[in-house]
Amino acid sequence: MNLSLKWLNDYVKADMKIEKFARGMTMSGSKVEKWTDLSEPLKNIVCGRVISIEKHADSDKLWVAQVDAGNNAGESAEGGTVTGGSPVQIVTGAQNVTANALVPVVLEGGVVYNFHDGTVTKISRGKLRGVESCGMMCSYNELGLTLEDLPYADKDGILILDSDPEAAKLEPGMDMLEFLGIRDIAVEFEITNNRPDCLSVIGLAREAGATFNLPVDVKKPAFKGVDGELNLKVRIENKELCSRYMGAVVRNVKIAPSPRWLTERLRASGVRAINNLVDITNFVMLEYGHPMHAFDKRYVDGDEIVVRSAAEGEKIVLLDGEERVLCADTLVIADAKKPIAIAGVMGGEFSGIMDDTKEVVFESACFDGVSVRKTAQRIGRRTESSARFEKGIDAANAENALLRALELVELLGCGEVVKTIIDEDFSCREPVKIKFDYKRINEILGSDIPENKQKEILKRLGFEFENCQSNDNCQLCVVPSIRIDMALECDLAEEVARIYGYNEIPSSVPRVFSGVASAPELAFEEKVGAVVQGQGCHECMTFSFISQKSYERAGIEDCESVIIRNPLGEETGVMRTSMLPSMLEVLARNYNNRNAAGRFYETGTVYLPSDNKLADEKKILCIGLYGESEDFLTLKGIIEELLERLGINAKLTPIISNKSYHGGRCAELTADGDVLGVMGEIHPLVRDNFDIGTRAFCAELKLEKLMHYSIAAPKFKQLPKFPAMTRDLSLLCCPEITAGEIAEIISGSAANLEQVTLFDMYTGAQVPEGKKSMSYKLVFRKKDATLTDEETDKAVAKILRALENKNITLR
Amino acid sequence: MIKETLAQIEELGGRALAAIKESADLDTVNDLRVKILGKKGELTAVLKTMGRLSAEERPVIGARANEVREAVEKAISEQMKKLKLLHYESRIRKEAIDVTLPGKRAASGKPHPMSIVLGDLKDIFRSMGYTVVTGPEIEETRYVFDMLNTHEGHPARDESDTFYVSDDVILRTQTSSVQIRTMLENKPPIAVISPGRVFRRDEVDATHSPVFNQCEALVVDKGITFADLKGTLETFMKRLYGSSVKLRFRPHHFPYTEPSAEVDLSCFKCGGSGCSMCKNEGWIEMLGAGVVHPQVLRNCGIDPEIYSGFAFGVGLERITMMRYEIDDMRHLYENDIRFLKQF
Repeated sequence: MNLSLKWLNDYVKADMKIEKFARGMTMSGSKVEKWTDLSEPLKNIVCGRVISIEKHADSDKLWVAQVDAGNNAGESAEGGTVTGGSPVQIVTGAQNVTANALVPVVLEGGVVYNFHDGTVTKISRGKLRGVESCGMMCSYNELGLTLEDLPYADKDGILILDSDPEAAKLEPGMDMLEFLGIRDIAVEFEITNNRPDCLSVIGLAREAGATFNLPVDVKKPAFKGVDGELNLKVRIENKELCSRYMGAVVRNVKIAPSPRWLTERLRASGVRAINNLVDITNFVMLEYGHPMHAFDKRYVDGDEIVVRSAAEGEKIVLLDGEERVLCADTLVIADAKKPIAIAGVMGGEFSGIMDDTKEVVFESACFDGVSVRKTAQRIGRRTESSARFEKGIDAANAENALLRALELVELLGCGEVVKTIIDEDFSCREPVKIKFDYKRINEILGSDIPENKQKEILKRLGFEFENCQSNDNCQLCVVPSIRIDMALECDLAEEVARIYGYNEIPSSVPRVFSGVASAPELAFEEKVGAVVQGQGCHECMTFSFISQKSYERAGIEDCESVIIRNPLGEETGVMRTSMLPSMLEVLARNYNNRNAAGRFYETGTVYLPSDNKLADEKKILCIGLYGESEDFLTLKGIIEELLERLGINAKLTPIISNKSYHGGRCAELTADGDVLGVMGEIHPLVRDNFDIGTRAFCAELKLEKLMHYSIAAPKFKQLPKFPAMTRDLSLLCCPEITAGEIAEIISGSAANLEQVTLFDMYTGAQVPEGKKSMSYKLVFRKKDATLTDEETDKAVAKILRALENKNITLR
Repeated sequence: MIKETLAQIEELGGRALAAIKESADLDTVNDLRVKILGKKGELTAVLKTMGRLSAEERPVIGARANEVREAVEKAISEQMKKLKLLHYESRIRKEAIDVTLPGKRAASGKPHPMSIVLGDLKDIFRSMGYTVVTGPEIEETRYVFDMLNTHEGHPARDESDTFYVSDDVILRTQTSSVQIRTMLENKPPIAVISPGRVFRRDEVDATHSPVFNQCEALVVDKGITFADLKGTLETFMKRLYGSSVKLRFRPHHFPYTEPSAEVDLSCFKCGGSGCSMCKNEGWIEMLGAGVVHPQVLRNCGIDPEIYSGFAFGVGLERITMMRYEIDDMRHLYENDIRFLKQF
């Protein structure tokens, strides 16, 4: 909402400094976003009378004028002032200036807009073909105005003010910015949804009055009217969506430009002036916050207005020239034959005011907000009118608006108002009354505001008080009808608090004890994060939605996902059921950003479709890495460290069928036969699909499972009391035999074996063709005695026998 | 005989001490020890002749021999200590390295900056007696909207603002849904924070993301007031930003709180004098807050005549971006390692 401060001051003398005004309004709840001095950057522009004008001696096109600019002084380029009083010599190329004409003159040091490109231009003294020029006469656009503001202006020449309706007031030297109504400040407010009444000058005047404790002078508008036949019927068919419809007829309409005081207020509010009748509807909407419409009565067929739901498929051409096909949910204003406007949104093609309009119907109605909003959305036109209706309308204000419009018609002399007005009123207008208990309000606020202070604040806001009928000690607060947001005690509390000042209310810290248990998985997630961070992985955060196509790209088959009905785009169309595509995107982005290596992880949510209404949301730990020194085993090292820290005893099984992963470098992790997750090198095809030009490795682990199998507090094991014996074994075997199998054979065949560690693996020279060498360190220890060499050798012999059975021999 | 032996001892002692003093390395000193004090050492040999002495002479010689022995032992130990030190000093000189060479790191990964901020928030609220709760991200409209006084037809429910899965299932637009679930499942006293992801239909740009993180707080108990909300937020913000920050409460509107407020923080960069971070206003808009609307409590089976509460919510992205002076929200979701390594 853009508010003209000048307009506001018609109702409340809020003439303090703009900074103070803005702060005060913001702190009482009408947030000022910014303000604009409308005269900026214009400067030093006065009214001048051309004393004489003659041809430039050295030019065909230039003229030299002597202009009386009153007693004003310009600023010389050196910063000093130029003595005023004497005529100013101005050289001009304009051809429409004559002696005695009144013109706007920008004096030396003044600022105007450039005629051609609108840039800000400072005027200095100069010579044009040898003749000194000490200022400039201005055209309308050099003053930042339009032909709508100044309909009499010459399009290509200097603005000749003699044709101005208010020319009689002009004198040389007069401030042009004041005269043309440019001296004003437009204040931009952010009005919250609950306060549609503040989308108006009067609403904000009331707020300013309450905020600064100033009297607000709003009179009930009135018109005289003329006797005569109305020749108009109004019928509301859909009373649910239209609770009140007021109409009035203006005859003998004279379409003309509006007076300056009106157009300048519209302009400051960001609305273009059009003609007196249209301007009146806009003016009233801005002033009272109630949208209005004016129909040319010629085009109201049958002199009848019907407010009804559109017939399915019914068509209307709107003011914007486009045809819309309507549905039955749309409320329309129709005449006897056809819809002539979409209620509260926009008028139809011929419904508007034209230059030859003779008779006008003013509409001031109450349409249902939700309906208007949905209709505006459906037809893709959100208008100033619909924006106001959708937030809610006060039925009582409809009358004020109509009366104000009719008052203005008479004030502007643009027609005769027929005395009888139509009021089809089905609105419920019982005033809202809220029990007023100052102690209760203090209880809500935690404050100690005295009763009389609270009442004084509420009265300032237009509330009234009365006693309950039942009980003398009980008071009721009567809500002004315009305040459609008021219903409960807590609403009153906010009113008191915001005018009293939120920051004046004391602060206290409650001693709270939560009876709600914390979610245990959060702490677990933090622990897991800390471990993988310790392994060099950086935490990522990726979007929860992905492209449906990314499953296929990632080698994930048959993936049914929760689908977003209205996604931003295909790229973010479904809720992920796997973390892998997100992680691959991270790896790809890093790779393509030329980061040589990286380790990443995310504990992200996947959303699995379920038979319930909501998805099954699961947390997945996804690890991803790439880089020269990374391989399957570096990834496995991270996983091993994690499992050890969590106390999980997991088994690794090779998996060849997972299409996301390299068939020879992928494994499934299980605990007690339950799948914890999968890890491996990414399949080269998948890497290509994601444009990752190097080997990449990922793991996906189910956090819920990890938590289930994790041991929160491992039990202490006694430290060994007796020394250990160690033996190294270098073995030769077929390459197909895995390290895991060998370790299993070794562990399964000897007593007192404490540890088996593979410390070397080798193929090549010195190893027979088709064999590999595996070297193990074995640690033996007895719990209760020192192990002897002999016992150890026996154990080793047993191990070797077991290995030989599997064709694994000592090297 | 005694004179002879004494002279022998003196001579031996003098020679030994001189040799020890002159010895230049530990091996020499060790050799000397063996040569003089060892089983077959010179002093031992002298002492072995003591048997030939008379009972009167023996203690005299013995005493003197022990004195010399002690002196030699002491000299050996001192010389060894001195030589060891010299030895180490020379080794240390040889082993000197360039300490300005880069360190060899077992590089740890880092938490996402938003995790760091969330961790701080959790610490602060846990220390104030709150617990941390979570809830589903794909949520029913009744928990996100209806029960929070945001009824059918409210603009927040528009398909232009909210992601829909079906007519009554959406991606939650606020974590207030978790508060509703908490109130439905628990009796007051309730003091919880509900951090988590929320979704709004905003295109990605420097200040918007369709996915972002909120941390909301809810307190419901007997006698909870607007003043309590103010005090709690002041404590929270001072713990997060330091004790010199000031808070400013401005009236605002939310369907689920009344009274409602927007809270500004005195700019922690300029302290309120105006800078680019606060757009020269001295204040930074931080969060929305308010006293829980009685209808919301009633919707959750809590009697507003007995209990009252407050709630507020902050955006994690906002706090994170301001704390680390991150100028573009996209960095937070692009996960470039050069970004992630910085925090």
